[in-house]
Amino acid sequence: MYSPQIILEAALNGLMTGAVYALIALGLTLIYGVLHIINFAHGALLTCAMFAVWIAWAWLGLDPYLVIVPLVPLMFVLGYGLQRFVIGPASHGDDGNILLVTLGLSIVLENVLLAVFQSDTRTLDTDYSFQVVALGPLLLSFPRVIGLAVAVVVTGLLWLVLNRTDTGKAIRAVAKEKLGANLVGIDVPHVYAITFGLGCACLAVAAGLLMPTFYVNPRIGSAFVLVAFTVVVLGGMGSLPGALLGGLFIGVVESLCGLFLGDSLGQIGIFLIFIAVLLVRPTGLFGAKA
Amino acid sequence: MGRSVQDSAPFGISRRTVLKAGAAAATFATVPVAAPSILRAQTPAVKIGILQPVTGALAHDGDLGRLGAEMAINEINAAGGIKSLGGARIEMVFGDARSTPEAGTQEVERMQAEGVCAIVGGFASPICLAASQAAARYDLPYLVDVGVSDQIMARGLTNTFRFSPGFGKVTQVALDNLTRINELAGKPAKTVVLVHEDGLFGSGLAKLLQAELPKRGFEILETIAHPTPARDMSNVALRIRSLNPDLVIPSNYYGEFVLLARTMQQQRIKPKGVYAVLGGAASNGRFVKEFPQAAQNVIDCNHWHDPKNPKALALRKAVEGQGKSFAYNVPLNYSNLLLLADAIERAGSADRKTIIEALNASTFAGHIMPYGPTKFVNGQNEGATPINTQIQGEDIKVIFPESVAEAKVNFPAA
Amino acid sequence: MTARDLIPIAVLAVLAALLPLVVTSSPVMNFLVFTLIVALGAQGWNILGGFGGQFSFGHAAFFGTGAYVTAILQMRYGVNAWAGLLLAAAAGAAVAWAIGFLSFRSGLRGSYFALVTLAFAEVFRILANATPVTGGAAGLLIKLEVHPANLQFADRAVFYWLVLAFVTGVLLLTRWIQRSRFGAQLVAVRENEDAAKALGVDSLKVKLRAIALSGAVTALSGCLYAQYFLYIDAHIAYGSWISVELLLAPIIGGVGTVFGPVVGALTLHGLGELAKQFAGRIPGIDLIVFGSVLVLAVAFARGGILGLLERLRDRGRGLVARGAKEVSHAGR
Repeated sequence: MYSPQIILEAALNGLMTGAVYALIALGLTLIYGVLHIINFAHGALLTCAMFAVWIAWAWLGLDPYLVIVPLVPLMFVLGYGLQRFVIGPASHGDDGNILLVTLGLSIVLENVLLAVFQSDTRTLDTDYSFQVVALGPLLLSFPRVIGLAVAVVVTGLLWLVLNRTDTGKAIRAVAKEKLGANLVGIDVPHVYAITFGLGCACLAVAAGLLMPTFYVNPRIGSAFVLVAFTVVVLGGMGSLPGALLGGLFIGVVESLCGLFLGDSLGQIGIFLIFIAVLLVRPTGLFGAKA
Repeated sequence: MGRSVQDSAPFGISRRTVLKAGAAAATFATVPVAAPSILRAQTPAVKIGILQPVTGALAHDGDLGRLGAEMAINEINAAGGIKSLGGARIEMVFGDARSTPEAGTQEVERMQAEGVCAIVGGFASPICLAASQAAARYDLPYLVDVGVSDQIMARGLTNTFRFSPGFGKVTQVALDNLTRINELAGKPAKTVVLVHEDGLFGSGLAKLLQAELPKRGFEILETIAHPTPARDMSNVALRIRSLNPDLVIPSNYYGEFVLLARTMQQQRIKPKGVYAVLGGAASNGRFVKEFPQAAQNVIDCNHWHDPKNPKALALRKAVEGQGKSFAYNVPLNYSNLLLLADAIERAGSADRKTIIEALNASTFAGHIMPYGPTKFVNGQNEGATPINTQIQGEDIKVIFPESVAEAKVNFPAA
Repeated sequence: MTARDLIPIAVLAVLAALLPLVVTSSPVMNFLVFTLIVALGAQGWNILGGFGGQFSFGHAAFFGTGAYVTAILQMRYGVNAWAGLLLAAAAGAAVAWAIGFLSFRSGLRGSYFALVTLAFAEVFRILANATPVTGGAAGLLIKLEVHPANLQFADRAVFYWLVLAFVTGVLLLTRWIQRSRFGAQLVAVRENEDAAKALGVDSLKVKLRAIALSGAVTALSGCLYAQYFLYIDAHIAYGSWISVELLLAPIIGGVGTVFGPVVGALTLHGLGELAKQFAGRIPGIDLIVFGSVLVLAVAFARGGILGLLERLRDRGRGLVARGAKEVSHAGR
């Protein structure tokens, strides 16, 4: 019914959208892998980052890609502070409590943004927002191509940080054996906070990549966060390559479902995959053993 | 149908009598519990409830609706208030419907307790449906400002009035006008793709269009639904590109329409026309200002003020002077307030029954919509009609029907 | 159950029932009815989440099912509203049992269970928005026909009493659970599932009974919601807002206690209204309060308001200082 070219384009589109999902999921899965918590505030934090990008563009005239540079450390600090001074102390290390605290945070953040910015939908416009890269007969969106490339690079960088730096080693040690890490003198709360900060820094990158083509309003985070949960579960909670592959996979599935079933019902595909994976193989398709 | 609350309410009578007495004495009604300490002015006042979603998903629209109502109230008060009530001032009792039906209902209850004599607003159909029903319990007149769902008027509630056109009427006119515009241009458009959001508004419209378009010689190649909010319009654009229709008819909200228009521009899809019906962005000044290229030549069939009415133009100027973008619900709320004030003036009382009677008898023509004199039949204003606008250059111009047009239609888009 | 168990419930129910004689303002009645409907749904959540320790983030699935079943039966098949109430509860129990069966059998608990319930609720929402029988995106409107047979009363107080009766009924049910063998098993599963199993508790069966009961009660609240507001759509019935409301109330009030959900719902909505009175022009102010209260409750008042009160009572006056110290300690 559709020409192969259209299907190919849809798949490529999905792949590129999936890259951004992967970036968002990367933060989520990293936090899960180390802290073993599900960060419900992830979507709200993404919204914060997107608003930051928008503000920098609207008030200071900064290019959204450029904003990523200062925003990454800012989000890192925000994440570090949240975990160190709010989530950690408030939840007393209990799983259920962390869920609730992050849920509470997301409600607060979302509605503070609503109070400040109203629920207006905001967009920004750059010269390249709707430029295309012509690949033979295929027209690929320029910002999405950038998004795909950056997502791959960021995953690589994160992997390097975890495997080649002392901090990374500490993080992995805490992820594996919290008590032991504590015994050899690793400051566990500090490592937790660093991990949370890194997760938030990923959101800064995602926000900068999204804004040239997307819009922001105080509730937009929830549209992404459920997809990100799906990606994380699919890729195996805590697995970085899993998040990348899961994100790309979900992107393609969503895009093709959207093409054939319509975008409304296409969404259901994601949730059904999510439920099925949770029920059948909660460790994820690409995940390590739990 | 059409059984009012009164007929079937066993305890209704005594309670309602009490309430009504309260309403008649609205001027100095002591408000029971929830009343904020509004100091009452020396001159008598008539309280009117303004219900708008100023928080939540519809906050932007609700804000504009409130603005329209406020401007009308200020104007009426400045001109001496309601003369038949000794120059009574109109006092606005504002309620935030928070973009949900039950919040709307709660606000109606509060307004009832504060002794309003009528309510105007609602904006979205679900809010209008729920709020007007809540008001019906008290025989409280409810003027729907925008809600287009035909369900709203089909319930036979005697308290509910709609000054603006409903779904059926809008689609009818949209199709008639489209057929005419196409004929005048030499019938360049034959094939159509419908793109709609999957909520109450988009789905309902798509259903009507699917039934009606083929009768008028258009072939529907495909109907594409998408959720709100939508993350991505690439798929929709791809499908449109592969179908290559003459005409794209979108019905969705602001964010999604902008995304669609920009993605189509990106994918170099140039149909002969984009003809929105009750388009979310196509009649919105902001869209034109922010994305002039993507917006060019988009036609909309929507609520719009009479462009030849000097009062309407002054209103638009005043709104834009406040740095806000002008949209159709400003003049709609403005007109509704004038209409209501006229009814209260003629009723000579703040009694609900009398106001409802006065509304039913209304022939009000002092509003700024292209509707002519008002005439309510079962609560629906018969003269209400949408008109066609097109984004040309940096402005939204009325292009059809010819009687009110400011500019010539640019179709097929050059 | 002993008289000691029943007296506090009876006293509170009678006091609450007398309220409409004092309060005539309809916004206040309206507020109370809505809050009690939320409280009822939250009581349902509390059976599974509080006593059973299974935190659901998707109780909207049951709330919405109750609302839709009653509305569809009444509007499309002319079923009496009172009968619809029972059928809605049954449907809620069935849906809950099915979701429970799938997820508990796969051994999902903790965060995984929370996520899977959330996903189920979303699937229901998307389906309800797309299928014709639910009215699709247009939602369902229950006809306004004030008559006791239709569960519509001219006087708001009557509906208030009806909801109050259900809330009281569930208070009694919860008290019974607390005292029963089933309740003991449920708490055992919450505290340590493996240990409970070792003692011969069929944990799957216990959890399934809890989720079915929970679903039935929450479906009842959905049904009452539909009958009160007379309009539902997919977002109202299956939206995440209600899942969040139903979990907030017990956690704020006192999770796993009999009165917790009711106390929590009243506190939250009371605070929300207050916030709106003071800062009504700021959008979302009530939700900011909800979220902050949640974080504070988890941080400083484990066991919610009731837990806090109990601790204060136990300590007496002289020990307040020590109590404060402990709270700050807990906050670290």
